[in-house]
Amino acid sequence: MSASSRDLHAQPLTQLAAGLSRGDFSALELTQALLARIERHNGSLNAFVTVTVDEALAAAKRADADRAAGKGGVLNGLPIVHKDIFCTRDVLTTCGSRMLENFVSPYDATVVERLADAGAIMLGKSNMDEFAMGSSSETSYFGPVRNPWDTERSPGGSSGGSSAAVAARLVPAATGTDTGGSIRQPAALTGTTGLKPTYGRVSRYGMIAFASSLDQAGVITRSAGDAALLLGVMAGFDERDSTSVDRPVPDYVAGLAGSLKGVRVGVVRQHFDAGLDEHCAAAVREALAVLESQGAILTEVDLPNLDLSVPTYYVVAPAECSSNLSRFDGVRFGHRADDPEDLMDLYCRSRGEGFGAEVKRRIMTGTYVLSAGYYDAYYLKAQQVRQLISDDFRHAFADVDVIAGPTAPTPAFKLGDKTDDPVTMYLNDIYTIGANLAGLPGISVPCGFVDGLPVGLHLVGPHFAEESLLCCAHQYQQLTDWHEQCPGDYR
Amino acid sequence: MNAAWEVVIGLEIHTQLATRSKIFSGAPTAYGAEPNTQACLVDLGYPGVLPVLNEEVIRMACKFGLAVNATIAKRSIFARKNYFYPDLPKGYQISQLELPIVEHGELFIKDADGNDKRIGITRAHLEEDAGKSVHERFDRHSGIDLNRAGTPLLEIVSEPDLRSAKEAIQYMRKIHTIVRYLGISDGNMQEGSFRCDANVSVRPRGQQELGTRSELKNLNSFRFVEKAINFEVKRQIEILEDGGKVVQETRLYDSDRDETRAMRSKEEANDYRYFPDPDLLPVAISDDYIETVRKSLPELPDAKQQRFVGDYALKPGDAAILTANRLLADYFEEAARHSDAEVRLIANWIIGDLSAAMNRDGIDIGDCRIAAADLAGLVDRIHDNTISGKIAKEVFEAMWAGEGTADEVIETKGLRQITDSAAIETIVDKVIAAHPNQAADYKAGKNKLIGFFVGEVMKETGGKANPAQVNDVLRSKLGKLADQ
Repeated sequence: MSASSRDLHAQPLTQLAAGLSRGDFSALELTQALLARIERHNGSLNAFVTVTVDEALAAAKRADADRAAGKGGVLNGLPIVHKDIFCTRDVLTTCGSRMLENFVSPYDATVVERLADAGAIMLGKSNMDEFAMGSSSETSYFGPVRNPWDTERSPGGSSGGSSAAVAARLVPAATGTDTGGSIRQPAALTGTTGLKPTYGRVSRYGMIAFASSLDQAGVITRSAGDAALLLGVMAGFDERDSTSVDRPVPDYVAGLAGSLKGVRVGVVRQHFDAGLDEHCAAAVREALAVLESQGAILTEVDLPNLDLSVPTYYVVAPAECSSNLSRFDGVRFGHRADDPEDLMDLYCRSRGEGFGAEVKRRIMTGTYVLSAGYYDAYYLKAQQVRQLISDDFRHAFADVDVIAGPTAPTPAFKLGDKTDDPVTMYLNDIYTIGANLAGLPGISVPCGFVDGLPVGLHLVGPHFAEESLLCCAHQYQQLTDWHEQCPGDYR
Repeated sequence: MNAAWEVVIGLEIHTQLATRSKIFSGAPTAYGAEPNTQACLVDLGYPGVLPVLNEEVIRMACKFGLAVNATIAKRSIFARKNYFYPDLPKGYQISQLELPIVEHGELFIKDADGNDKRIGITRAHLEEDAGKSVHERFDRHSGIDLNRAGTPLLEIVSEPDLRSAKEAIQYMRKIHTIVRYLGISDGNMQEGSFRCDANVSVRPRGQQELGTRSELKNLNSFRFVEKAINFEVKRQIEILEDGGKVVQETRLYDSDRDETRAMRSKEEANDYRYFPDPDLLPVAISDDYIETVRKSLPELPDAKQQRFVGDYALKPGDAAILTANRLLADYFEEAARHSDAEVRLIANWIIGDLSAAMNRDGIDIGDCRIAAADLAGLVDRIHDNTISGKIAKEVFEAMWAGEGTADEVIETKGLRQITDSAAIETIVDKVIAAHPNQAADYKAGKNKLIGFFVGEVMKETGGKANPAQVNDVLRSKLGKLADQ
């Protein structure tokens, strides 16, 4: 192994792209180096459910051949990991569940297809909370994911396998999905950059549905610049997803070159109320000062219904999930109970054995809120509150370009700390859920450390404002090096 | 029917829309393929797949709505109806609950006195069909065939305005005619493209409040609808007259035993937990779109019937028969265009011999063995006296058997009518000479014997003599005998 390829894992995506195009190393060398690293470190992190060694090596060889032939897309030869919620043809897609322990998808998700078409190389599938239901990546049937900054702690969730893998430099970029904060919160807890685009910006086709009106695919990377590169490939209308929006995709990479001067940054009064760790608050305030020092104008904004976002979310999301997960019935695919006595027994045992406790809790909650006699009081009321929350953001964005605050109330918590208390766990997403309810884009960027654990700055923009959001994050990262910090055991 | 009780019926008709692909996927909808060969990943409810609305179903639903004078919703939404069943792949059916695409329609039937009676159409909504469970072919196992899963259905719900099984059938036939006129459904009941559930209740005549209803399922022929309703009405009246109470429940009609059987009670009914489907956007329909669809509507059965009465001077009953099927009406008009004969004669032939032959051989008008122009050719030969009406039936059968046009058959079989007066006179003379006794009786005043002589002459000519001419010649010659 050459001297340059020994530290390939240390390079972020954009740098690797430059190295590949200069011919400093081949896609095969890069892939081999990272596969070796995964082999070495995955045991301590449990970030991967599946490592696709053979497929990755074959794809790397194709990428090198394409490059030699003067072909290949913008991501040619660049490694990536997909959250195990994205369907990948001929490869296991478990969604972190026993229900899909043996499920091999017959097709590729649109996100997977677009990234592969651009030349990205899939190294494997990342671990996650079961069916993306969780904020700690502990509800996976395949065991909890560990945080590279402290393996006794959670990397956040539900995209914790992706955040841990990127933080530990096992892969430069990973896909994730965000229903209530599942990209941004794990990014914050692992010192990585996590982008959740506007609802409808990226196709949901082939992404196993949790809560269809909230789910959105995005990325976890080492920098906003890398996220811009990937989003340009993933975004855009997909005729297979009616909720994807038919609107041009800007050149996000070109958009990074903007300035913070005159950008109106809204600081949410309610974000700094009780509940936010004071050291995290200090780190976030310091980040805001950095933005201000570059000419950004800080304004206080009000999101009066913010405290209703968690309860609203925990009606809407379970309602949709209770219906979305009905297809897992043991009839056509997934786990099927042995020797069922009759149809009811087949259903009850297949689902009883296949789903974990958190998934069952949400299916039951969702079934309840949609039931005759309860629908108006819960589901309908939640939809009304959801509208109020959207209106709050709309009003706020009349005066500001971006809303800034903490991504999560605390740094990474210990594994097992919150598993017995679902409500405390749910409150971990208090700052991120609003963007999902309103369909807004959000990004989390590293902005400091508390007791050696990373803290995230959360930026939310108006619909389809990914370009300016990425620009703000990128400009911030030009002035800080929090995002370049690497956990000691994984340098 | 018991005069003390009033019957109240509302129908829910499921009509399969004749799209090439399914309502939310690109898989084909053709009937009768090998199990599970016409179901794609979306129809199978695979993880991660999403429904995409086939816009053709919107056009078809709009057509129907306009044809029954209904309101087309500017904004309609799809909802999920949640329940578990092995042939329901997603664990929910995509349907419409609030904001259906069609509301507040109507059509008119004839009441017992022959007056127009308005039947309200509450709504018509779009939904996907489920697959089929196959229980017969596998030992102790059930098979699932998902070919039908995702086939588009339009569910047409009437107001409880129907007052008898006869009215229900009339209404159902009318809907059946309309959907086929519009070309939005083949209406094939054997294949399940047109099926019906009936909500049936009875109440003491004069009472405003509705009685407790039962919902009859699985009514896949007009005859079964009538029989099931009549059975159910009788059952409910018997319960009430015995002092009992009708239980709200779903009942299945068993055509083998001609009875309805309880399937599930209200308490056992599913809570379907409907909610708007977040995978599909609301359907927005513009006024322009509605106008474009309106312009594309064909002439509808009621209008066509009136026109037939007005333009062709047909009897209303005949016009109704001819317009019950758009292809039959087209056939009639084409034949009328090609014929010099009286249009009523054409109508009689279509309603009479042609329909009888089609029924006998189980053939639809679309596959009719005699082209409209050829039927006109036959009627014209009657009209111009080339053949008699009686011979025409023979020519018709030959045409039906594929032996050629009327002219060809008449030529080949030598069926041309004898109109040569000299020839007829010769035969008449021969017949009179051969039956001196009858001639004598006629002479003595038994005028009815003219029929006997006509018959004999026709026998002699193989039916080819012109009957009017034979009559004239006979009367003249026998008359002369009488004068002598």
